[in-house]
Amino acid sequence: MLKLTGGAGLASLTSLLPAWAQNGSAGIAPTLPTLSGPDISLSVGHSPFSVGGRTGHAVTVNGTLPAPLLRLREGQNVRLAVTNTLDEDTSIHWHGILLPFQMDGVPGVSFPGIRPRETFVYEFPIRQAGTFWYHSHSGLQEAMGHYGPIIIDPANADPVSYDREHVLILSDWSFLHPHEILRRLKVSPGYFNQQRTTVAGLLSGEDRMSADDRRMWAQMRMDPRDVLDVSGSTYSYLVNGHGSAENWTGLFRPGERVRLRIINASAMTIFNFRIPGLPMTVVQADGENVRPVETDELQISIAETYDVIVQPNDDRAYTIVAEAMDRSGMARATLAPRLGMTAEVPPLREIPNLTMRDMGMDMGSMAGMSGMDHGAMGHGDMNMRDPSLAPPNMAVGVGVQSIAPMPENRLAERPTGLENVTHRVLVYTDLIALSPNRDTRAPSRTMQIHLTGNMERFMWGFDGRRFSELVEPIRFARNERVRVTLVNDTMMSHPIHLHGHFFELVNGHPGHQPLKHTVNVAPGGRVSFDLTADNPGDWAFHCHMLMHMHAGMFNVVTVRPLDEAAS
Amino acid sequence: MDMVTPAEPGNGPADAADLYFDPAIMARAREQLRIENGEVITHALIFDQLETTFSDNAEGYAWDAQGWYGGDIHRFWWKSEGEGAFDEDIEHAELQLLYSRALTPYFDVQAGVRQTYRPEGDRTDLVLGMQGLAPYWFEADGALFLSNEGELTARAEAEYDLRLTQRLILQPRAELSLSAQDIPEFAIGAGLSNVEAGVRLRYEISRRFAPYVGVEWSGGVGETRDLIKANGEDPDSTRFVVGIRAWF
Repeated sequence: MLKLTGGAGLASLTSLLPAWAQNGSAGIAPTLPTLSGPDISLSVGHSPFSVGGRTGHAVTVNGTLPAPLLRLREGQNVRLAVTNTLDEDTSIHWHGILLPFQMDGVPGVSFPGIRPRETFVYEFPIRQAGTFWYHSHSGLQEAMGHYGPIIIDPANADPVSYDREHVLILSDWSFLHPHEILRRLKVSPGYFNQQRTTVAGLLSGEDRMSADDRRMWAQMRMDPRDVLDVSGSTYSYLVNGHGSAENWTGLFRPGERVRLRIINASAMTIFNFRIPGLPMTVVQADGENVRPVETDELQISIAETYDVIVQPNDDRAYTIVAEAMDRSGMARATLAPRLGMTAEVPPLREIPNLTMRDMGMDMGSMAGMSGMDHGAMGHGDMNMRDPSLAPPNMAVGVGVQSIAPMPENRLAERPTGLENVTHRVLVYTDLIALSPNRDTRAPSRTMQIHLTGNMERFMWGFDGRRFSELVEPIRFARNERVRVTLVNDTMMSHPIHLHGHFFELVNGHPGHQPLKHTVNVAPGGRVSFDLTADNPGDWAFHCHMLMHMHAGMFNVVTVRPLDEAAS
Repeated sequence: MDMVTPAEPGNGPADAADLYFDPAIMARAREQLRIENGEVITHALIFDQLETTFSDNAEGYAWDAQGWYGGDIHRFWWKSEGEGAFDEDIEHAELQLLYSRALTPYFDVQAGVRQTYRPEGDRTDLVLGMQGLAPYWFEADGALFLSNEGELTARAEAEYDLRLTQRLILQPRAELSLSAQDIPEFAIGAGLSNVEAGVRLRYEISRRFAPYVGVEWSGGVGETRDLIKANGEDPDSTRFVVGIRAWF
């Protein structure tokens, strides 16, 4: 039948995937139908989506999951006409793109949103180059497939040389509607976790946790296995819209320098990414060039992007492994010289146990040690929720389950689950901006924002408040330079994203602090960034764990005064 | 957030987008944004116990269910429980309609009314209670009841999920009933009146659907025990249970 219908049949089979995301992709070539140029039309609608032999309902852009690749050039102007064919509002946020605030695509902050059967035309100049992405900022549509990659080619020579490039857009897909996922988390916070500690795990030793440790965690009503809220028990992890069994394969010729543009477009999944047998040279983070640094594995939090160069010299296949941080599943793909070649798929590693350090309760001498006897501490005088440790403007109410007594700067630490792997792991302090930082002023003030939550009630917020409680916006004066410290009072990781700006991660490389739009704040950790508030307007600031955002971990950042022309 | 040195808001409007879009439409969008980032309304229907009971002299049924509708802080909450023998009139059934408010990170305070049906006589009570999660993961629920006859009673229960494996869960459970006065109509004496202790072993086919087997012991205590005996009944009862735990 396929032969009879020829191209049409093939097209229907593959119509849900743009060419670059199709299996056996030779990579991104100018001949492939990505969208580029000054005028681009996008249509948001419903599509069926299949993975693992099952078909569900997706929200897509131009009928594909992931959405079309937008390939733009630094210095051009782009007009993007987005038509909404859904029965509900939609929007597109251009993640990491520096643009006028009214084009940023967040309903209720930058614009009203796009109503059903309406078209909104975004128009802005492209002022940067690198790997970015776009996604809906309406109604959890992003969790249903509404995301796609953006590549912006530099106006001048690219400092990164490569022979071939592939986009790897990682995501999590569930056949449950995201609102139902959230409801189940509200009813039963451990609902999706099938890797909790058990009596069987205690007796067999497989839990790697003593009875004393269990007692301490139970006394605190904290789950040391609550690594990710939503797990592989409902998610299929995707690479370019392909499930692991479908094995998306990107081609290379041995000896080529292959640039992988990795984007984590997940709703709720942080991935540990590696290609066994192939060292990766990180050249870009969040679309900003960094000094090349070689590693074997990196953690990519939600909404982050990393560009890496790999050089497979052998005529063999390599498995791309994006393992969910809680080891409940993986997105698997392949790099191969020819379609059909595969390499060994490593088994999932064991789920990490969180430690006192992840509660910001490390006493120093216990750094990095797990499995030791913390029993005495849990019953001791250490208070996991001492309101005197909260800043005066923080609301210590029902939504604050814990306040980290000793939040640590964890930027030099290996991320959760990778503490003890035997190969190299990228840490945030490895990132050094390729170009010197433009603004060398010392920050004129400091600001502290606590990331707060209650895992039992699945409430999340900043400084103890959900956005719905009519919080004050975070105000910056235009062009002021502020050092913002994020303190994670919770035991979960929070990828915090600021719209419209890049901030400099304060990671020990003054003058070359890496620029990021999203930073993962480790459990019980703190992160400082320097921000030059140079983009006037109103901007969203939120946790990119979509359910955390939806549950309240969101605020608006204002930068004033606005441009004269605007008023 | 450190508000010690607030930035100058400048000469712009409070909401920048109002410069580019109809302020009335933006106001609606802002309200939608507010609702979508924190104001999550949820509902639940939880059958903790839905079981057939087997004792020496009777086969019966029992249920214990609750549910809610509302946000993180304020919820409408209802609870119902009851039991009976298959061949006889229902032994006891009650429905509580409550306003529930989150009070601490782990506990809600609940207030409302309870309607109880018993063959010996019905009651309507005012209810004031607490429900939540105690240290060591004990689910706890306690309430005071003031009836339309002026009787003050109380009930406290706790249960614990002991995960043997990811799906096989042993749940011990205990319940205490207290009364401030004698209620001869129901053979209740002042003080601690009744103790229930049970254990159920469930298998979670899914997190939301788990068949179980178990055993439950119930006994009159103190003065109540004497009153039950005086009625010629056995103050202790042991029953085996087979049931379903499910939520929707």
